[in-house]
Amino acid sequence: MTPLRAFALLVAAILVPAPAALRAQQPATHVGEEGVYEIASQLRCVVCQNLSVADSPSEMAQQMRAIIRERLAAGETPDQVVRYFIERYGEWILLAPRRRGFTLLVWILPPLALLAGLGVVALVLRTWTRRVPAGRIAGVAVDAAMRERIRRELETGP
Amino acid sequence: MSRPWRWLIPLSAVPVLVLLAYGFRLNPRDVPSPLISRPAPGFALTGFDDSTVSLAALRGKVVVLNFWASWCYPACYEEAPVLERGWRTYRDRGAVVVGIDIQDKVEAAQKFIRDFTLSFPNAQDVTGKVSIDYGVYGVPETFFIDRGGRIRAKHVGAVTEDVFRTHVERLLAEPG
Amino acid sequence: MTPELGYGVLIVAFALAVYGGVASAVGARTGRTRFVLSAQHAAVAVFALVTAAFGLLVYAFLTFDFSVRYVANNTNLGTPFYYRITAVWGALEGSIVLWAWMLALFTLIVIVKTRDQARDLYPWVLTAMLAVLAFFLLVMTVAAPPFQRLSPVPPNGRGLNPLLEDTGMITHPIALYLGFTGFTVPFAFALAALITGRVGDAWITLTRRWTIVAWYFLSLGLLIGGWWSYHVLGWGGYWAWDPVENAAFMPWLTGTAFLHSVMIQERRRMLKLWNLGLVILTFSLTLFGTFLTRSGVIASVHAFTQGAIGVFFLAFLALVVLTALGLLAWRWEALGAQGELDSVVSRESAFLLNNVFFCAAAFTVFFGTVFPLLSEAARGVKVSVGAPFFNQVNVPLFLGLVFLMGVGPLIAWRRASLDNLKRNFLWPVALGIAAAAIFFVLGVRSTLAVLALALTVFVTATIALDFFRATRARLRLGEPPLRAMGGLLLRHNRRYGGFVIHLGILVITLGVTGSQAWSVQTETTLKRGDAAELAGYRIRFDGLAAREESNHFKVVGTFTVSNGRIGPTAMRPAKKFYPQEQTPIAGVDYWMGLTEDLYLVLGDFARDGTEATIKVQVNRLVSWIWIGGFVLTLGALLAILPERKKAT
Repeated sequence: MTPLRAFALLVAAILVPAPAALRAQQPATHVGEEGVYEIASQLRCVVCQNLSVADSPSEMAQQMRAIIRERLAAGETPDQVVRYFIERYGEWILLAPRRRGFTLLVWILPPLALLAGLGVVALVLRTWTRRVPAGRIAGVAVDAAMRERIRRELETGP
Repeated sequence: MSRPWRWLIPLSAVPVLVLLAYGFRLNPRDVPSPLISRPAPGFALTGFDDSTVSLAALRGKVVVLNFWASWCYPACYEEAPVLERGWRTYRDRGAVVVGIDIQDKVEAAQKFIRDFTLSFPNAQDVTGKVSIDYGVYGVPETFFIDRGGRIRAKHVGAVTEDVFRTHVERLLAEPG
Repeated sequence: MTPELGYGVLIVAFALAVYGGVASAVGARTGRTRFVLSAQHAAVAVFALVTAAFGLLVYAFLTFDFSVRYVANNTNLGTPFYYRITAVWGALEGSIVLWAWMLALFTLIVIVKTRDQARDLYPWVLTAMLAVLAFFLLVMTVAAPPFQRLSPVPPNGRGLNPLLEDTGMITHPIALYLGFTGFTVPFAFALAALITGRVGDAWITLTRRWTIVAWYFLSLGLLIGGWWSYHVLGWGGYWAWDPVENAAFMPWLTGTAFLHSVMIQERRRMLKLWNLGLVILTFSLTLFGTFLTRSGVIASVHAFTQGAIGVFFLAFLALVVLTALGLLAWRWEALGAQGELDSVVSRESAFLLNNVFFCAAAFTVFFGTVFPLLSEAARGVKVSVGAPFFNQVNVPLFLGLVFLMGVGPLIAWRRASLDNLKRNFLWPVALGIAAAAIFFVLGVRSTLAVLALALTVFVTATIALDFFRATRARLRLGEPPLRAMGGLLLRHNRRYGGFVIHLGILVITLGVTGSQAWSVQTETTLKRGDAAELAGYRIRFDGLAAREESNHFKVVGTFTVSNGRIGPTAMRPAKKFYPQEQTPIAGVDYWMGLTEDLYLVLGDFARDGTEATIKVQVNRLVSWIWIGGFVLTLGALLAILPERKKAT
């Protein structure tokens, strides 16, 4: 296990589970009526700027929550409730765009940008590590104290 | 990087700048309605004069459905006289103006109706269900519904004489 | 009289700024220092004039001078004294005055500090700063003049936006603008470096403190904005990924990347091109942010009025971006990479990864913010991009950055031997993993929370380990402990300032994790005498009271709150009705605590006071976000201290 591999593994261990975990993530847990607030947190409060129906204190948001409550009580599935709103307001009412069609672009490009950036870094690092001249100066005798000083110099930053 | 490729760096900013410039032509608050050409959702509310205001009863007429609120200043205040005049002009030709007051207090709404001497049917949408059914996200918003009960146009913001006349004449000209 | 006087002052200032910018450039090209000196004098005069204009505006506000349209629009006879002063920058026109004043002040400071230090760069730096200043003065005279006569003079004004009647209003714009304008200085130096071809390290060394200070104030501005959102807006959160929040966040992200990558250039002379590009990007993003908040192109909480001003800002943004990037492309060869590295596992790599993650996050925020625009332009369909998107894409990046925060400062330059890695990271990694296990056993089930907490422990351990070892080395030399630690902090103040800032970020991370993972809320309608229960709190509705204030009408709900530890206490969330506002403004009442906040928002109520709807939130660990801000302040102060001469 080279240091590089260990490093890469650690980074992957952090990044990989995160998106999946996030999708399961919910905002501040709403006690009582979790179903209503789960749906409400996906919808945009139409009279506010950028708040969800769950978060917004406005009267319109309250009315929308009441409608969600009623429809769920009448037996509709969360998907059907969401679709009810989309049919009246358009896709605009979803706080996060759908993961299909044109809007898939907004979900794909950022991770692609990250990968592209990592690719560039990999290239740069490769160029930099190749520049190390083949014939190094034969090891100068370095005693332990000198070695310690060098180590400390290299480690303590600016 | 050879000589010409480096100019890609400043040039890559151009599409972004163009996109931002395009933004000036748009109004972020103007959301197109998916309800155009769809059947208008029905409703039955109790009017301010205690009569029933229902969409079903108006089938066969051209309906101008206006969502307003007494706190909506200045737009609702500008269009109220326009709507009243339009109502008086076209009621005998088979058009009807219906006002729905949303997110408002009863007294304030009644004062609004008195101040502008509105004689067309007005009702209050207490639960907000009707306004949400119509995808209303602000006031004022006006829907033009044809004789067959389909929404044909939506106007966001104060209705002017021109807008009123154009839509109503067009829909009245169509056969029932 | 006042409107005309103010307007005149600004026009003269604009003319002088243009003259100064041109004169300095001419002086630089021809080598005639007389021109540069003249430009200097012009800059001093501009500062004096802008200060006068600012003072005049404040005076107009304090004396209720409604002949000035801006005063009439933003204050009325009932506005309290201190808000009359802060109202000066409460809306569009005044905010530009504040921006311009800071810019003029910074130009002055740059003149004083740099004119003897960098003879080649200095004239072009002056030109750049005066050019930016000239633009803002142009906006103040043509597009959004603060001094416009209102005639006839109304008897009363409209009043301040009630959301702005808060202490956050006083400090948030100031901190934010100090950050934005602060980044103008490194940008100006970067331009000067590109124009003169002196693309070495001088421009970075001279602007190091500017960068840290600007970065700090930008961070502070964002934190205060979060505080204001949490305590005033009444929706219970501190960050909504609103376009205007994003507008300030993007330059912060690239600015932080810049702050780190300049260390590579200082130490290893590498990444010259990248650093120049990064500072140009950061400054451009501050302009973009200003454009976003003032043009109305994207709807947001903050958006000032629409109008011609958006065109001005976009045009200037285009000018800056194309000129600066064009210069960068022009000087391409001089910026040849001289990088050398022994191993991929090294501090250079960690810093490069840091930059990639920050820039990826900035790109995410940027793309998400303009995507609605793109969607409408490309296919005519309006979409929203809100919090769920930004959270899902950005949080993994932030976690990666927290991890790098632990690795970067301790991993060796050039090549980290296995020995170096073991020595610095074995214990922290072990502690991090142990912490993850412990949290899991304690009942934390959210993967992200466990990850965030474990990483926080890991990074804290790396910092503690380093500090401990360094102190121990000094103790061995016979120094008493406190003097050892203090000496360490002062001798290596940059390094330890950085550590303290990182600790501040960790504290904020803790606060964010806690509030996202463990907060609970509920909403109920209560009759008088009824109580709601949440997380051990009992909230009883006692009644409503109405009160007339100087500029609004207030309905206050009284609630008696108790929990196991605290006896019954009254809380009074209110709803404020301002005549100039269409909907009422929430007046939140809250208890701030170390582990949790109790947060009450009054909703609907019955006219006769028998019933009220209340939203109750128990937000966990939110206070740590604000505490982190204090730690950040300490770290920044430490980092900008003048460096002690190192013992030979």
